[in-house]
Amino acid sequence: MNGVEGYMYPNEITLYWSVLIVLYPYITGLVAGAFILASLERVFRVEAVKPTYRLALLTALAFLLVAPLPLVLHLGHPFRSPEMYFTPHSTSAMAMFGYVYMWYLMAVLVFEIWLDYRREIVLLSQSSTGLLRLIYKVMTLGSTNISPRSLAIDERVGWIVTLIGIPSAFLLHGYVGFIFGSIKANPWWSSPLMPVVFIFSAMVSGIAGVMLLYMGINKLRKQAIDMRCVDTIAMYMFYIYIIDFSLEMLDLVHRIYEANESFNSLNFMVHTKLYFSQIVLQICLGTITPLVLLFLTQVVKLPEIARKYMYVISGCLALIGVLAMRWNVVIGGQLFSKSFLGYTTYKMALATKEGLIVAIFLTLLPLLFLWVLVKLLPPWPEKSAPAPAAAD
Amino acid sequence: MSVFKDAGHLFRFAGLFVLAFLVFLVVRHYVVPKSFGEYGHYRGAAMGEIAAHPAKFAGHDTCEACHSDVADKKSKGKHAHVNCEACHGALFQRLPNPEQPRPNLYKRFVALIIPPAPPDSPLLRHAEDPSSVKPEMPDTAVLCARCHTASAAKPKGFPQVAPADHSNGVPCETCHQPHNPAIDAGGAK
Amino acid sequence: MNITRRQMLILLPAAAVAWEAVLAGTPEASSNYKMSDHWWGMLIDIPKCIGCGNCVRACQTENDVPDGHFRTWVERYHRSDWPMTESGEVTANPLIVPEVISPDGGKEGFPVATDESGKYFFVPKMCNHCADSPCTQVCPVGATFISPDGVVLVDQTYCLGCAYCVQACPYGCRYIHPTKEVADKCTLCYHRITKGLTTACCEACPTGARQLVDLKDPKDPIHEFLKTHSVQVLKPQMATGAKLFYNDLDGSVR
Repeated sequence: MNGVEGYMYPNEITLYWSVLIVLYPYITGLVAGAFILASLERVFRVEAVKPTYRLALLTALAFLLVAPLPLVLHLGHPFRSPEMYFTPHSTSAMAMFGYVYMWYLMAVLVFEIWLDYRREIVLLSQSSTGLLRLIYKVMTLGSTNISPRSLAIDERVGWIVTLIGIPSAFLLHGYVGFIFGSIKANPWWSSPLMPVVFIFSAMVSGIAGVMLLYMGINKLRKQAIDMRCVDTIAMYMFYIYIIDFSLEMLDLVHRIYEANESFNSLNFMVHTKLYFSQIVLQICLGTITPLVLLFLTQVVKLPEIARKYMYVISGCLALIGVLAMRWNVVIGGQLFSKSFLGYTTYKMALATKEGLIVAIFLTLLPLLFLWVLVKLLPPWPEKSAPAPAAAD
Repeated sequence: MSVFKDAGHLFRFAGLFVLAFLVFLVVRHYVVPKSFGEYGHYRGAAMGEIAAHPAKFAGHDTCEACHSDVADKKSKGKHAHVNCEACHGALFQRLPNPEQPRPNLYKRFVALIIPPAPPDSPLLRHAEDPSSVKPEMPDTAVLCARCHTASAAKPKGFPQVAPADHSNGVPCETCHQPHNPAIDAGGAK
Repeated sequence: MNITRRQMLILLPAAAVAWEAVLAGTPEASSNYKMSDHWWGMLIDIPKCIGCGNCVRACQTENDVPDGHFRTWVERYHRSDWPMTESGEVTANPLIVPEVISPDGGKEGFPVATDESGKYFFVPKMCNHCADSPCTQVCPVGATFISPDGVVLVDQTYCLGCAYCVQACPYGCRYIHPTKEVADKCTLCYHRITKGLTTACCEACPTGARQLVDLKDPKDPIHEFLKTHSVQVLKPQMATGAKLFYNDLDGSVR
């Protein structure tokens, strides 16, 4: 009955965290990962990835704008969500989301993008017409000062913001891991490694996402792909994926070796209900395969076209693997009974507020936002920018 | 001076922040419920609201205030510690909710975002109006069996019988008076 | 039936007092209830429970608990005899894998058990009203809390319905109310205990297997009971400060 095997506490039969809560850490992770990639260039002076710097920032912003939507939609009372800002509960990991989110959105991402684009914004506010002109005008905040001195100040401040942004990105996503990792009632979640695993998998997915976007957009724009850039990104993705995989395996080995009271139950779950999403999708297809592909690109001298295909395949697989990981954490954590005596089933709805259609829409929505952002603030240098007008 | 001039746009951005923060503080002042934080990080008035819910089980004292004859009889038998409402059900019954017309499309859409509170149905109070509101007389075939049907799972010392073997379909109250069930207590009416 | 006699009697002081208690308003408004004087909990005497499901039904009636969700429920445990194959090998440890059932939360009782082997017992479950409750800890907005008299409550006008508390409860005592879309759980019949009544489940329990206890009341029989019995809480390793005390709790219960 109801897809229950064995014994569940009667209130456990329904899952309260649906596919939307799977998307929430996934999208947040893409934000954090994209930002880390951007900071590679800015703070760590990895010049090779410069072509993706602005694209990574805009991607982070587009996904960050969507990140709270699945959360708010899944609430029973979405309109009460401002209570998180008005009366945040200091002992709740979730309460900090509002503040961390606002901080990251406004103080880090928007500020950094604004600083970086200020020259273009000012120029565009003078060259464009109509509604666009008004939008750019508002974005200048009424200051048209783009003297070399002011731009130098922007550069310096932007560097500091990025520096602050790195721990902020870690905070944003690490704390998402903490939401799960701090639940002592749930042995599948309760682990101090959870925030760390979340951060590293986030970096993998964000870097893979930006890499794919960069390659895809350049293909669409019929521009040459800067292979030095993509090679470097793939290298970083490979190293970070190794760390991520090691941490996940450490967690797994630790659980297997300790084999505490929950082990039999969780072990059974991984071999039955989660077999496909955990073993097949997450570990074999989503982690080991891209790792092997990326490893090959690192040690074997391959022609450019082969590398491109391998990057695209491993990037897509990494995105699937990380999504599967989020699924296994969120859904997997609710499939077994806290009595360790039984299992329930998650039946994804199709057209409800928390159904598959909404989930797909929310996954695609950031791409729409990104399209608007790219139109508004072109991330590629000078190509479509107007001739510099005399300013100041 | 020119440093400030060239960093002027940064002050504008910072000004936006300060402004937003001030607006937030003002809004916060007005929307946070007054009793929030009275006892802890919650709305103190919530306890009063929860405590004000109407009770439906009135408690045996309320029943015994009128039915003292039954209380006397019960106190002498094995069911002395079984409260009235354990068998007779809650003194106050809730009527089933009246049939609601199906809401229109707009209302159903709104309900997706703001779930409506379920309508409250009236309480029938036997203690206020004893003649017109009467608790249902329980069916002993169901009622007695619920506790006294023999099962290997029940505590060994608890009196239990297999109903079919025990009475062969004869109603329980033929031999046992529920308020004092021992047969020598004069079960047959 | 002597209706007129009873109608007259209802005006008598005893009935009037009982009646007034039922209708009394807020806890601080009713003069004889002071939150600081109480610290509520419950005692469950497992050997007394017969699995009739009266408590589950009473709770549903009293608190309008929606079908399929439970503020309290009853589990039946069957710990089988030590299983051995003919060659003398042990196949499973019944302490670790007991058979547990709770059909519809035990609302309509349990099927008759005919297998005489092993050990059976019933375990009524409900909110443990933990003193260090993990569910109130995680609420992002302060919509669930421990009241000054030790009851874990939900402010349903303030709850977002995020279900984080549902995930944090180790005992499975919370659910999201299907129509109100907010967290719902046992209130320890807060609307009753603040008026001098006991909880609906205790009122309806025919064997006295459930006892509401006030740990701040020195005259409460719980103090004597705790001295003379072997009492345990559920999942003590969770360190939740549970105040749902079980007498004679079997080690296989979780």
